[in-house]
Amino acid sequence: MAITIFLFFVAVVLGISFFLGAKAKSAQGFFAAGGGVPWWVNGLAFAGDYLSAASFLGICGMIAFSGYDGFLYSIGYLAGWIVALFVIAEPLKRLGRFTFADALDSQFNSRGIKFAAAMSTLVVSIFYLIPQMVGAGALIYPLLGWEHWIGVTAVGGVVIVIVATAGMVSTTWVQFIKGGLLVLLCTLMTCMILNRGLTTKVPEGAHAFRTVPASEITGIAGVEILPASDGWKDRAYVRIKNADGSVAIWRKAGPQGHEGDVLSETQSVIVTADKKTIINGKEGGVLLPVGHVAKLPDGKESTGALDPLEFLRVFQDSDIVQWKKEHWKKEPDATGANGESTTVYYQQVSTGASLLTAGGSATFSGLRSDSTVAKIDFLSLMLALFLGTASLPHILIRYYTVKDQVSARKSTILGIASIGFFYVLTLYLGLGAMTSGALPVDPTGSNMAAPLLAKSFNELLFAIISAVAFTTVLGTVSGLIMAASGAVAHDLATNLFKLNMNEERQVRVAKLSAVVVGLIAIALGIVFKDLNATFLVAWAFNIAASANLPALVMLLFWKGTTKQGITWAIMVGMIASLGWVLGSKEALQFVYHFAPAEAAANAIVPFSQPAIITVPLGFLVLIVVSLLTKKTGTAKVLAKK
Amino acid sequence: MHGHENVREHELPELVARNTRTGLVLFAVYLSLYAGFMGLSTFAPDVMKMRPFGGINLAVLYGFGLILAALILAIIYLYLCSRPVAAAHSSSHASSHTKVG
Repeated sequence: MAITIFLFFVAVVLGISFFLGAKAKSAQGFFAAGGGVPWWVNGLAFAGDYLSAASFLGICGMIAFSGYDGFLYSIGYLAGWIVALFVIAEPLKRLGRFTFADALDSQFNSRGIKFAAAMSTLVVSIFYLIPQMVGAGALIYPLLGWEHWIGVTAVGGVVIVIVATAGMVSTTWVQFIKGGLLVLLCTLMTCMILNRGLTTKVPEGAHAFRTVPASEITGIAGVEILPASDGWKDRAYVRIKNADGSVAIWRKAGPQGHEGDVLSETQSVIVTADKKTIINGKEGGVLLPVGHVAKLPDGKESTGALDPLEFLRVFQDSDIVQWKKEHWKKEPDATGANGESTTVYYQQVSTGASLLTAGGSATFSGLRSDSTVAKIDFLSLMLALFLGTASLPHILIRYYTVKDQVSARKSTILGIASIGFFYVLTLYLGLGAMTSGALPVDPTGSNMAAPLLAKSFNELLFAIISAVAFTTVLGTVSGLIMAASGAVAHDLATNLFKLNMNEERQVRVAKLSAVVVGLIAIALGIVFKDLNATFLVAWAFNIAASANLPALVMLLFWKGTTKQGITWAIMVGMIASLGWVLGSKEALQFVYHFAPAEAAANAIVPFSQPAIITVPLGFLVLIVVSLLTKKTGTAKVLAKK
Repeated sequence: MHGHENVREHELPELVARNTRTGLVLFAVYLSLYAGFMGLSTFAPDVMKMRPFGGINLAVLYGFGLILAALILAIIYLYLCSRPVAAAHSSSHASSHTKVG
């Protein structure tokens, strides 16, 4: 069933791509869809372009595991559109033709600018591609049971076909369909969440996790309690060997903390020295899905259907069971045999009120501390999200697909309306998943929160949502590959190296670059399998804002801007922000696989989000270099153009 | 560049200048709303826990408010940009000194 629906989606999307592809023979057709896309199609395509796997899977997952903190991303991602609409979009459209390098370079005809802008387009697009590809692999595994690398290759292959057949035309339609479907289905799912309401009852057929007086477990005659040896020493667990040989692990505390002599049920994964995986006490065991309400206000058992505000109000006054994880590893012994690795998941109750304010997640926990560095890191991220949107090449190129400024304006507003509405829904989807009883217990499965929420309603919805999530990846990846191929074929080959190409050859080079970039994306998606998607996207925003925004803004608003100023600002902003993220604690931990403590000790920068430093740096470089190179060609006044 | 096929939209300089100014004013409005939100979240998190309206905390209300405000400002912008230049209040004044924009 899931497979049929999934294949149907891909077939429809490819069909449209081939059908429309016949129209795109010229460069104008390939890069800018002929400049004649209706504003309402472009508006929804903005949503399809922008709402990537990081938004749909990542944000919903983050809210499902940590509450409000994921919603902060929603707010930042949407706010960025204001910069695009009010400051960047119209002049950019006025100045450029196919790519944003066109706009930056329109006054100067400088090879330096073309090179710098094309490089930053490539770097940002590829950075943004990695989490999309990783997300695709993560999505396909539970749906179709394919290995990660097959999933990544499938997405890459389909996208290469989409872009190489008809460039921006097919990309636009794929994004239009996906944007519309995503918003529609998320609305439907939110209605179902509100209709279900909140309940403390365990769904039919699901496991009810118990908390019981200790005597009920350890006080029974003949029970075998395993000694707290090795890694279990000084930890708050009791291990009971059952009659069938399996081992149950209980935590010596209730979900609320240490409340008297009680034991609460846990889940566990133990990888033994001889590489056997023991899950929940037995080989071949499975982790059970989690996520439920511990207590509703006024001692109710079920609320029944709720309206949107009531849902939040009730949630805020409820207690929610979350799962925390404790992990340790026994060091290899003298013979060099591998140590045993143990992960125990245990229940802990959080109040709804605390889940609906900032600082609940590991990422933003600094907001609830006195750490100034953590607060600067947070503000820096929010600045990057705000300024990054209007600096993303794959978003900017969409402004060249509509015929005039009024259409550009209208399509942005439709984009803001649909994207904003979607982001409001993310809060409901996330909180709905948190209380669905369908969440994976380990946070590395957070990307699956939204599809699994759908599964908690029914299998059909699960299949449809998974297919839409897959087209979500397709739509965004197409846009990114489109932007990258434009940078190579139009900015580098045609304009920088002055290869004498007629339009047909230019389109052929663009298609070839799309294939190459697509293959690179597949390779990176396989290599970076374990990377945290939300973090990577945030880094792409940091790099985009640092490299591109100072150049865009100063070109538009400062007469003294010179071509050297722009070139240097892009290069310095890009290299500084890229270097910063690669030297941060998170990069050491997730990219180079340092242990968390070592990563913190070896990081060369104080916090992980560079925008608050590198965006002003870009402006500074632009101003200083422009002042030093004043005579060699100042920007013409744009208003006269 | 390539010249042919490159049909640029003709826009009145006065119109461009006025719309640019409109955009910047609305941008400043939104920027202050956004900065206010981030400032409160970072430096006064207790304020965000208050429940000023409908029993829902300020963190959620302000967050929804920012999303709604973006849409409202965008619609206002569309409306303001669609007025003919002659009707704009100080169009002659605007064009005399808006060399950039």
